[in-house]
Amino acid sequence: MLRLKLQQSSLISRDLLVPIVSVLLALLVGAIFILIVGENPLHAYKVLFLESFGSIRSIATTLQRATPLIFTGLAVAFAFRCGLFNIGAEGQLYVGAMAAAIVGITFTGLPKIIHLPMAIIAGMVAGGLWAAVPGLLKAKLGVHEVINTIMMNFIAFYLTDFLVTGPFHGGRWAPETDRIMPTAVLERLFVPTRLNTGIILAVVAIILVYIILWKTRTGYEIRAVGFNPTAAEYGGISVSKNIVLAMVLSGALASLAGVEQILGVHGRFIQRFSPDLGFMGIAVALLGKNHPVGVFFAAVLFGALRTGAAAMDRLTDVPRELVVIIQALIIMFVAADELTRRLIARRRKA
Amino acid sequence: MDNILEMKNITKNFPGVVANDDISLDIRKGEIHALVGENGSGKSTLMNILYGLYDADSGEVFLNKKKVDITDPRTAINLGLGMVFQHFMLVDTLTVAENVILGSEPARMHFINYKKAVDDVARLAKEYGLRVEPRSKVADISVGQQQRVEILKALYRQAEVLILDEPTAVLTPQETEELFQVMNNLKKQGTTIIFITHKIKEVLAISDRVSVLRRGKLVGTKNTKETNHPELAEMMVGREVLLRVEKTPAQPGKTVASIININVRDRVGTHKVKDVSLDIMSGEVLGIAGVEGNGQQELIEAITGLNRAESGEVLLHGKPIHKLPPMPIKKRGVGYIPEDRHKRGLILEYSVADNMILGLHSQAPFVEKFLFRNEKAIQENAQKLVEEYDVRPPNIKQLVQTLSGGNQQKVIVAREFSRNPEFLVCSQPTRGLDIGAIEFIHKEIIRQRDNGAAVILVSAELDEILSLSDRVAVMYNGEVSAVLPVEKTDERQLGYLMLGGDAQKAEGDVEIETAAE
Ligand SMILES: Nc1ncnc2c1ncn2[C@@H]1O[C@H](COP(=O)(O)OP(=O)(O)OP(=O)(O)O)[C@@H](O)[C@H]1O
Ligand SMILES: [Mg+2]
Repeated sequence: MLRLKLQQSSLISRDLLVPIVSVLLALLVGAIFILIVGENPLHAYKVLFLESFGSIRSIATTLQRATPLIFTGLAVAFAFRCGLFNIGAEGQLYVGAMAAAIVGITFTGLPKIIHLPMAIIAGMVAGGLWAAVPGLLKAKLGVHEVINTIMMNFIAFYLTDFLVTGPFHGGRWAPETDRIMPTAVLERLFVPTRLNTGIILAVVAIILVYIILWKTRTGYEIRAVGFNPTAAEYGGISVSKNIVLAMVLSGALASLAGVEQILGVHGRFIQRFSPDLGFMGIAVALLGKNHPVGVFFAAVLFGALRTGAAAMDRLTDVPRELVVIIQALIIMFVAADELTRRLIARRRKA
Repeated sequence: MDNILEMKNITKNFPGVVANDDISLDIRKGEIHALVGENGSGKSTLMNILYGLYDADSGEVFLNKKKVDITDPRTAINLGLGMVFQHFMLVDTLTVAENVILGSEPARMHFINYKKAVDDVARLAKEYGLRVEPRSKVADISVGQQQRVEILKALYRQAEVLILDEPTAVLTPQETEELFQVMNNLKKQGTTIIFITHKIKEVLAISDRVSVLRRGKLVGTKNTKETNHPELAEMMVGREVLLRVEKTPAQPGKTVASIININVRDRVGTHKVKDVSLDIMSGEVLGIAGVEGNGQQELIEAITGLNRAESGEVLLHGKPIHKLPPMPIKKRGVGYIPEDRHKRGLILEYSVADNMILGLHSQAPFVEKFLFRNEKAIQENAQKLVEEYDVRPPNIKQLVQTLSGGNQQKVIVAREFSRNPEFLVCSQPTRGLDIGAIEFIHKEIIRQRDNGAAVILVSAELDEILSLSDRVAVMYNGEVSAVLPVEKTDERQLGYLMLGGDAQKAEGDVEIETAAE
């Protein structure tokens, strides 16, 4: 009995092992680059760490950077559980952001308790519908979702470009809308950082995604379709219905990243505000093994790297671009899952 | 004779089970060595260890008296081992020749010489009598031919020891005959063959020696000539096995299902099922005999709602169901054991418990208000079925992926039978099962019948058809060419009809109800 338990727990940790080893390997290879620049890797990493986790304030900043990544990571992971590769989180978050901004600007005189949820829901609906298009095309016509989510990204970029420079262009010269009403703002939690109540939404989203996927009939069906569509069909599960549903929910999750940025950080829609948050979501989901809890830690890690980068740039000779290299390396090692696994196995044997 | 291969004291543990327990096995050069044993007795595991897919926890392997350390399949291949798996590993979209050369392509400067590949494959196929066209796409050829491609693959890599893991499970009797010829050819040319099967008849027909595994242990190795059917059966199961099903004559009741002039075309428009009409009564088993690929599968999928018929009707208790999707058809009491358990019947990445509710997952007691899963009900259900149907190991949290082939099948059977369906459609229900499990499932089918279910049984095994059915329909080329009461037919006549023989001429003294009536 005891042995059985031990073996099982070692199985679970094996799932964790690849991501953790990947991060360590990436830091190791990153150290080589730091040495080339002529710095002490330990020193550089210490600066990086202190800046992102060294004080309550830096932790808050890290969490704030992680918030949108949690949403986009969840979005990609959720679709993936249904066997779908949602490359369109970026576009979905733009339309979601725009919808939330429009509601945030145009409705005046509403109490916060109505206005804020309205803006959030508007964003989710917009993102969900945006993602429904590739979902429907896949379900009804069999067109691969990767192509259509990418196409929909471009449409989203130019559509929001048009809206922010045309009908909803604000009073200032810059390509941005007016400020949203205070009643639609996601409250700051820890001034002077920009951490806002969006992080609470993100945690709720993590829990909800977990519950939907593993505790409900819907999740059973979605995962069944992801694993084996023909067997799902045999089990009376509608493959097309679940594909559309998974895309819509994925799009709604992605849109929350945009909503949080608009209502919690910028206070208005700014043209092309996203530093590839949607695409980063793919990396976050990959590192998080498409599990909501994994997504949380992956998002925090990526948030921390971003937060620490500036300080490292300032305080050492290492340019901030190093963190981009580290992120890329992490993704490579996780993606080359099999290779990393073998590296681990070889170590064990030796 | 010399031993080409010796496995010494091989032990392999999986969480909760000892799959191989101190097994020592010798294989002689040039022999056909049968390996038999119940489902989950560790046959595939032992062979996977030999082929480098699993690491043994302890034990040694000697090849030609030299100790070898087989860490991965590539090493195995280089050492002259070849393996054809229980579930094939071919690339559907490539041609036969491309599949054969995959991984050891004849190439100069990285340009593959396809002409040489095709020639080589054709020559090899001819040499061993493996009939297959090198230029056809794998997706377009039959399962039997795909298996030949797998064998060619191994031979192309100059395998001296060929491992065949349950090759006959997916073959028709004719194809099995052909495979045996190929095996004999290979043997003549000096190839050593390890042959896994559940069919004792096949062991007696083809092997030189036979080893029996039970629950991970080697029970013994015998010269085939010096053993017999009952002895092997008892060695495998550990008790005497009924080799024939005991059943009382059917008490057919009212018609449960009517199939009326069903026509089915496949995606490219081939007419697969032609105007088939059948009635199935409560309390009877209607067997559908036929060489695989004569429209049985398409007919079944039209009945169960997985495929749309082009025309015709299916009535259940007089109400049409042919326009309904699979779920409502299930809910009306239709149980279905699909032919392909990996494609249709199971979600391999789900646990036993979750597979036990597939198709029932949307009903009480497995879901509660707000679509929440009722874990307690799901687990109790699985626990009960695992015990009742003797799924091994009886761990409901284990992923179905890690069960042996036969135990995977038991999961499906348990799920479908436990719902006490009024109309039960079984397609190859015992494929890949050991004799004990077959005995059990046959009894269960008869029990369902005696409880008043109407049963359709599609099987490529004439034995199975003859021992379970009350009436037998023969399908040939998409048509039902005859429906016969079982006591008025026999293997010979069915065999003749299955190959397109004329129903009228089949047997002078037998009255034949033709499907047209
Ligand atoms: N990857 C795995 N993880 C956990 N258990 C496994 C794994 N592979 C096999 N087993 C277990 O090891 C035992 C032996 O399985 P194996 O597949 O070797 O049986 P088999 O003799 O080939 O059976 P069958 O005739 O049904 O194919 C079974 O109890 C099975 O559940
Ligand atoms: Mg096996």
